Order: sequence, then C-alpha cells, then structure tokens
Amino acid sequence: MSLADLFTVVAVSAGAFFFLAGSVGLLRFPDALARLHALTKADNLGLGLVVLGLLPRVDGLLGALKLVAIWALVLLASGAVSQLVARVARRTGPRA
Amino acid sequence: MAEFLLGAALFVLAMVALGLARVVRGPGDAERMMAAQLLGTGGIAVALLVSAATGVGATVDVALTLALLAAFASVAFYKSATGAPPDDAGDRG
Amino acid sequence: MIAALNAALAVLVLALAVWTVAARSTFAATVGFVAYGLVLTLVWVQLQGVDIALTEGAIGGGLTGAMLVAAAARLRDTEASARAERPGLALRIAAACVAACVTAALAYAILALPEPAPTLAHLTADNIASTGVANPITAVLIAFRAMDTLLEAIVVLFAMIGVWSLAPDRAWGGRPGQPHHADPDGILAWFARVLPPIGIVVAIYIFWVGADEPGGKFQAATILAAMWMLAVVAGLADAPPVSRTWVRLALVGGAVVFLAVGAAGVVTAGAFLAYPDGYAKLLIKLIEWALLPSIALALALIMAGAPERPER
Repeated sequence: MSLADLFTVVAVSAGAFFFLAGSVGLLRFPDALARLHALTKADNLGLGLVVLGLLPRVDGLLGALKLVAIWALVLLASGAVSQLVARVARRTGPRA
Repeated sequence: MAEFLLGAALFVLAMVALGLARVVRGPGDAERMMAAQLLGTGGIAVALLVSAATGVGATVDVALTLALLAAFASVAFYKSATGAPPDDAGDRG
Repeated sequence: MIAALNAALAVLVLALAVWTVAARSTFAATVGFVAYGLVLTLVWVQLQGVDIALTEGAIGGGLTGAMLVAAAARLRDTEASARAERPGLALRIAAACVAACVTAALAYAILALPEPAPTLAHLTADNIASTGVANPITAVLIAFRAMDTLLEAIVVLFAMIGVWSLAPDRAWGGRPGQPHHADPDGILAWFARVLPPIGIVVAIYIFWVGADEPGGKFQAATILAAMWMLAVVAGLADAPPVSRTWVRLALVGGAVVFLAVGAAGVVTAGAFLAYPDGYAKLLIKLIEWALLPSIALALALIMAGAPERPER
C-alpha cells in the first residue's frame, strides 16, 4: 500500500467516524441545540476528512478544486442552516 | 482500494440512515429537518466515495449539485416556521 | 461490497417510501420525501444514470423539497380537519388493492423483459457522431427524440399555467406568492447574497458540460430557479407580476426557438425537427441556450406559486 493510499484510508476512516458521531449525537443528545451541535460535526469534519482523503486520488488540479469546492459549499450551507434551524428550535422551545 | 471506498460509503450511508430515526421520533420538526440535513451531507460523501471507487467522474457533479442545494429544504422550513405574515385574503378556502 | 451498498440503498429507499405514505403528520411525511429524493439520487448514480441523478438531485433535493415544506406549513391549519375526514375502511382497502395491483403489474413488466432487454443504445452509439455532441443523453434528447423534448419543455409551461389558474380573480396579473420579509442583516439574507453567484457559475458549468458529460439545460435551469427563489424568500428580490410582457416572452422563447428550428428543418433537411448536415451541434446548442432561461423562469414561477398580490 502506497503512502497516498494509506493517507486515504486514514482520512476517510476518520471522516466516517465523524458521521458515526454525528448520528449518535443526533439520536442521543438531550435537546435540539445539542443535537444541532452533533450534526455540524458530520457536516464540517466528516465530509471534510472524506474530501481530504480523496484528494490524492483525483486527477488534476481541477478535480481537486471541485472536491474542495463541494466541501466549502457544504460548510456554507451547514453554517447557515444550523443558525436557521436553531432559531426555529429556540422559538418553538423543547417539546419532548 | 475500491472495496475500501465502497465499504466506507456503505458505512456512512448506514450511519446517516440511523440518524433518520429522528424523523420518526421527532419530537420537534427541527429534529426532523436535522436528520434530513445529515442525510444530505452523508449522501454527498457517499456520492464522492462511489465516484472515487468507480472512476465515474460525473458523479462528482451530482455531489456538487447536492451541496449547492443542500440548504434549500431547511431554508423553506425556517421561512415556514417563523411565518410569512398571515395573509389577509380569505381565498384559501 | 457494491452489492451490499446497492442492497442498503434499496432497503433505505423502500423504508423512506413507506414512511412517507404512513406518516400521520404532513411535515414528517415531507421530510421523509426529501430524504427519499436524496437516496433516490444515489440509486440513480448506482444505476449509472448520472444524468437522471443530477436531475433528481436538483429537483428532488432542491425544488420539490422546498416547495413541499412550504406547502406542509400552509396546510398546518387545516391538517386536523383533514385528518378527521379520514376515509372509511372499505375505501382504504380498495385503494390499497388498486395500488398493489399497479405495483404487481409493474413488477411483472420488469420481470417479463427479455434478456438482454430491448435497447436502442447501439443505434445511438452508431449515429451519435452525426450530432457533434458526445453525451448520448443530450444527443437522444435534442436530436433523436427531439419531439419528446419539445413537448417536455411545453409541459413545464402547462404546469405553470396550472399553478396560475389557482389565482383569485382580483389578483390575476399580479405578483405570485406572498411578499417575503427577512432581516436584511440576518443570516438568511447573507446566505442569499453569497450562494447565488456560486450557484450561477455551477449552473453554467452543468449546462456547458451537458454536451459531452452528464448535465444539461434542465438541471442547470433547476439550479438557476432555486438560486432565484433563495433571493426571493430572503426578501432581496421579488417575483415579477405575471402580466409583464417580458415574462411572457421569456417563458415561451425557448419553445418558440425550438419550433422555429424544427420548422426550418422541413426546408433545410427535409423533415420537422431534422438538422441539416454539419449544423447539428450548432442548432442543438442554440436550442439548449434558448430553453435554459425559459425553463428556469417557468420552474421559478411554479415555485413562487399563483399570483396573490394584485398590482396597484
């Protein structure tokens, strides 16, 4: 296994772990804001590490840029969405 | 390597599918929206991993489209929950 | 491993479909449907239908999701009374039987397909060089089955007319939907300022690669419509009154160009919607360029809803 492959395996595995963490947090955390906190870990770190791990496997600078752009778009969306959903959650209050 | 990437895709898919239990359990609509949001991000990761495993480059464009539109359902959710001003007209039946 | 991934996708898509039908709350069902659209996108990727995956991702993940969430919110007030009018057991059993019969017929049709399934793929592959485009889907849509695509472009217009027909008389010709207000310094307004420029670039990219790779006008138009809707719901832009001449012209422009090229084909190439030798790619691109703004505007106006605000 080459060094690049090893890097891919480590980074993608770490990314997959954060998806696990995001799901477990979403299911186990006690209130809406804490669950939101778990969700953003999957968005930011999970996808970020998966993208990082795939970078050595794309051909050309453009392919790499596209991957990074996808991550940046998700970061943008995730940041905006967590703000918006948090406002709704705060307004409607805990209804558990 | 392709097998590893597909395995990772399967794992991510299983994880975000687990999160969908929040769609069923709620309790609030905010939680349901979060689960859909998590599935969206996971879907992007799955598409990227599958693209790297199969070598179909166009799949990355699918992920790009999903990433661009990832926030739309949540934006609509925010708009509807915080309420457009109630309309004065009585033509809603 | 690929079989396990496919199996997981199949289980997930079925589970979400069942949830969408069975959920009692309209909003819970809607979220199920949004998730269903996302998983379906991945299913199309696995079926090697990347063009369809792009469309499903843009329509299912973006437009329909936002539209249904808004619709669910609008129906919230009437949900209790709608639930009270639950149809009787006999009617529900009858509906289940009809649905089961349709499913069984579809399943039989799939299973009864001869092996290998009948296909025109080799005909497309043999003749694609004459069109000058490299993406077989684009070649089929605009060259070999141009009539279908023409009618599809018109169907989008019909859908929009259907939405407009819900307008109350006093609002006819006015602006669609309710006015949107948002804090101009808020996160939504910020997001609606940052995302559309990126979205326009991505839409043009998806449109451009459509000649050679999966992509094309419909997916690009969906993205453009979504970007415009984002600006509208953030209160940064407003939908135009539907009586404006430029709106009407822009809506029919794509279909008119398509028809004009088709009619010109009668003279130059001997058949309706035929392209003269050597000009196929140019004309295909011309049609796609003309359809892009028309479809984008029609989709955006479908999203915006029926005219509700009379022009004063």
